[in-house]
Amino acid sequence: MPLSTQSQSDDEQYVLVASLDNARHLSNILKAITFKDHAIFTATPNGLKVTVEDSKCLQANAFIQAEIFQEYTIKEDLVGFQINLTVLLDCLNIFGGSTVPGVSTALRMCYRGYGYPLTLFLEEAGVVTVCKINTQEPEEPIDFEFCSSNVTNKVILQSESLKEAFSELDMTSEVLQITMSPSQPYFRLSTFGNSGNAHYDYSKDSDMMELFRCTKTQTNRYKMSLLKPSTKALALSCKVSVRTDGRGFLSLQYLVRNDDGQICFVEYYCCPDEEVEED
Amino acid sequence: MHCVVTGGNVKVLAKAVHSLSRIGDELYVEPQEDGLALRSVNSSRSAYACFLFAPLFFSRYSIPNGHTFRCKMAIKSVQAVFRSLATLEKTVEKCHIELDEQKDRLTFTLHCKHGLLKTHNLSFQDSESLQAVFDKDSCANVFRAQPRLLVDTVVHFPASLEEVTVSVSDERMWVRNHVEEEAEQSKVMLTELCLASDEFDHFAVKAHSSITFCLKELRGLLVFAESTGLPVSMYFDEPGSPVVLSVTDSVLEGNFVLATLSEDPNLRKNNSKGAHTQPPPPPDDFMNDDIDSYLIAMDTSIAPGPSATGPSTASLADSTCSKQSAAATLRTKTHREEEEENTEEDETDDSERPPNKKFRSLFFGSVLPLSSQMSTQPVMCQEVLASDSEDESQVE
Repeated sequence: MPLSTQSQSDDEQYVLVASLDNARHLSNILKAITFKDHAIFTATPNGLKVTVEDSKCLQANAFIQAEIFQEYTIKEDLVGFQINLTVLLDCLNIFGGSTVPGVSTALRMCYRGYGYPLTLFLEEAGVVTVCKINTQEPEEPIDFEFCSSNVTNKVILQSESLKEAFSELDMTSEVLQITMSPSQPYFRLSTFGNSGNAHYDYSKDSDMMELFRCTKTQTNRYKMSLLKPSTKALALSCKVSVRTDGRGFLSLQYLVRNDDGQICFVEYYCCPDEEVEED
Repeated sequence: MHCVVTGGNVKVLAKAVHSLSRIGDELYVEPQEDGLALRSVNSSRSAYACFLFAPLFFSRYSIPNGHTFRCKMAIKSVQAVFRSLATLEKTVEKCHIELDEQKDRLTFTLHCKHGLLKTHNLSFQDSESLQAVFDKDSCANVFRAQPRLLVDTVVHFPASLEEVTVSVSDERMWVRNHVEEEAEQSKVMLTELCLASDEFDHFAVKAHSSITFCLKELRGLLVFAESTGLPVSMYFDEPGSPVVLSVTDSVLEGNFVLATLSEDPNLRKNNSKGAHTQPPPPPDDFMNDDIDSYLIAMDTSIAPGPSATGPSTASLADSTCSKQSAAATLRTKTHREEEEENTEEDETDDSERPPNKKFRSLFFGSVLPLSSQMSTQPVMCQEVLASDSEDESQVE
């Protein structure tokens, strides 16, 4: 690994150093949350959390555990900075992001601390590129106060079955309505578009349904424009957990498996659009 | 109305809707006693397509009792029901099509694998019957070929190509890209394929002729024919009269009627100046009234009764009405003759939608049963206006 041959003394000035054999493992998962330019990076000894928000109504988090990285050194309990995600992704794909097997970009990501740029060393086929991306004052991510003890309804589905529904969703509909109920229709996605309405009903006994735990009938509407970016995460994932709490807030958790079989998580939180009378 | 489609037939239905979407923006749905008719027509009314699915195509077929029901809806919304065409065969087990007359909704319910149920409630508009007037059995030239032959032929033409020219002799068919007369000669590339008669299942030529029509609609039909493996039949006479492409099976019939260009652009110019120098009109009863043989006139006629809904009877539909409409198109033509050279309207026609000018429009009969004749009278008048090319430019 040419990147790891750098002198130890160089490394000492960094508060965060993370190396990856294949930069695509990082760029893929970041793509799943790219719907705004600015991303908040929060690094802890457990790993890296990247947060993107929209309109104070939607939050997406990507979790990349420390174990995913070949090297992960952090000198503080918490390192936080904000960065332009689009620029970061462009840098990670600076060698073209080839998907040819055997060809991969190695990455070493270093951060010296507050006020310093994020430095990326990227190497492919003996060519090294150094990118420095200016960091910004980190903003405080919104706390959606979504805790598992307040979850009223929860289903876990194989992503395959939701991918089909999301690819077919009527985008002329302003909202996506999600109904979860212990009785019929169990789990329903509805759209109300120009040409009429459409419902997708998932039976609780379906072999696509890994877990069905609904205690109360709940119908909530979410802005289609807000939920649309989550399809990128869905496309990458193999399983998805859909949860709603008593307030109708939606949590979508995606389990993403990379080429090496390692697991990462992407999570979306979304506020409900409006109160809907329960029937 | 309640129809149930199962198994592989769901895909056939979906493919039919997709190929109709190559024609127009609206899908006309008409449950008839002899089957479910799905039709579409393009905005310039130079192309029309109809699929008729026989009751046997369905595992259940019931139509509204006591009254006829017809509607039209955005074809995109129906396409959306069958969006995942590639996986449709594997995922969809059963498709119900139901009419909810209380709510004015047409409901498509797809029962899919893994217990997934997709329900699409689509709104629709009432419509008159859409019926092109054509008689493919009287055509001089008849061909039938496996879809593969035609697919392999059109694949050589770029997607941007609008029209192809098909020429036939006793032994051969030539297919080539149509080159606009205004095109700069140095930049033009001509592609021509020659098909021998033995490549066809049926090859009958009575008139050596050469016709030019739009490729887009042909491609649309081929997508359907290829997926169902049904041979494609082609019927035509001379330039200017429509070409009919059809696929037939024991449970379904699809007909695509496309306008063709007049034979010689120079001749056409002369023709529009003096229509009486036209070659003899086709032996069709109605066409005798039409002075422009290349103009496939359009009409909205009131048929004497519901019996006149079939294509063959419709072509002989109420002659009085047909004559009236012929007069209407004639009026339009006269108007054009007077102002051919430099009217504003013609200029916009030329710049915005050249095919309209060349292809004019197809001849349509809007066939209504007597019972609904009175109430729809004003609509009919509007329809006659719609056949006027002036109106088309207003729509623009």
